Amino acid sequence: MNLKEKSKTLDEAGIKRTLLRISHEIIEKNQGTDELVVIGIRNRGAYLAERIAENMKAIEGKDVPVGAIDITLYRDDLSEIAEQPVLQSTDIDFDINNKKIILVDDVLFTGRTVRCALDELVDFGRPANIQLAVLVDRGHREFPIRPDFVGKNIPTSKDESVEVRLKETDDKEEVVVLA
Amino acid sequence: MKKEKTIKWTRKHLLGIEGLTAEEILLILDQAEEFKEVLERPIPKVPTLRGMTIVNLFCEASTRTRSSFELAAKRLSADTLSIVASSSSFVKGETLKDTARNIEAMKIDMIVMRHACAGAPHFLSGCVDASVINAGDGAHEHPTQALLDAFTIRKKIGKFKGLNVSIIGDISHSRVARSNIWALNKLGANVTVCGPKTLIPAQIEKMGVKVTYDIDEAIKGADVLNVLRIQLERQEKGLFPSIREYVKCFGITKDRLEKTAKKDIVVMHPGPINRGVELSQDVADGKYSVILDQVTNGVAVRMAVLFLLSQVIRASAGKDEKLEED
Repeated sequence: MNLKEKSKTLDEAGIKRTLLRISHEIIEKNQGTDELVVIGIRNRGAYLAERIAENMKAIEGKDVPVGAIDITLYRDDLSEIAEQPVLQSTDIDFDINNKKIILVDDVLFTGRTVRCALDELVDFGRPANIQLAVLVDRGHREFPIRPDFVGKNIPTSKDESVEVRLKETDDKEEVVVLA
Repeated sequence: MKKEKTIKWTRKHLLGIEGLTAEEILLILDQAEEFKEVLERPIPKVPTLRGMTIVNLFCEASTRTRSSFELAAKRLSADTLSIVASSSSFVKGETLKDTARNIEAMKIDMIVMRHACAGAPHFLSGCVDASVINAGDGAHEHPTQALLDAFTIRKKIGKFKGLNVSIIGDISHSRVARSNIWALNKLGANVTVCGPKTLIPAQIEKMGVKVTYDIDEAIKGADVLNVLRIQLERQEKGLFPSIREYVKCFGITKDRLEKTAKKDIVVMHPGPINRGVELSQDVADGKYSVILDQVTNGVAVRMAVLFLLSQVIRASAGKDEKLEED
């Protein structure tokens, strides 16, 4: 299946503005950054988490702990995926008990990845709550999961694909729809 | 550690180090790194191998390796079953093949096997569908030990290229030595073996190692000493005159290390230790020793092996299902 680029939804400036808005919303909803920690889902969610934490520091002047989680070991489709997932590092070097976790991912689609991340996070402790922030929500949920903070809603058909490209992983900054 | 990990694991069995590439060894070590983190979590268990059954088939004594494999499987949520030869149908004369095929008929996915005969796991892999992992076969190979030794070295020193590793003791009867030599050579380290002449196989140089019968020469310039267990039962065969003489000529003591060794030398031992024989008390428990790190790392390394093999099993199961649907 070779998909072609159909449209570009966000460019570099767009991503930056969107993340800044999400950061403000998180702070507004939580009335500051106390007890907040940000954890991104590998791969791209982890980079977005770092940026959101940086934004929050710039806004509120306080450090917010950032972590990254790899969900490979919790996947429910290990027997179905053709490509072999390689386990990457999970770095949560702070206590999550009673913390408010902002879970960050690039694209929210079926909700299965988030399910894995939730299962994994509760094995690390008992957070006060978990809030979900995504850069793109493209619909087609298969699990009862909803985001608390959304960068952009992009209506798609199921066989399209949404790619978030970041400097750290792809040498450019954009969100594109492939069809 | 932001390395591009591009190579794919395709092997169904882990029978030895000899057939692996350096990239495959490094892939296992890299994945083991992540499993080490899993073991440090508040709940050191992940659901990855749920529904898989792993049989430990041990036809030779073992504490460390068997418990390590069992724990690795449990940390990955697999079901495990341990069969120890002395209390199984082997004593009634059932052949290895029959035992294995009967176990397999109970729907299992992997067999971890230790056997006194070299090649037994290779033989087994030919008569069952399950994945076979060699947990030590005769004097041939002990791949997961070599992997955890390599992992421990990398954790401690951070590289393999140009590293000098001396393996001391009974090289002839040691599967640990053989697997270590293969692994370290592939990874770019320089290996020296040292021991009494009677315990060093002829032409071992052909494996790409240096040989010395002088312990001080083996210690000098070494970054790592891997000290093997002297199998005391061999002494009856007269391969060396007496334990006392062995200790005097080849025993690793604090004095010896302080006199000749690099200041930051790392001392390893695959266990079980004969205290006061190949290693003195103060070295075994001293600052150079990483012996307990080896044991801890062993679980992570074995989790990595089980995880990689399980992916191959699942991929081929997926293919079978597709064929049936078509």
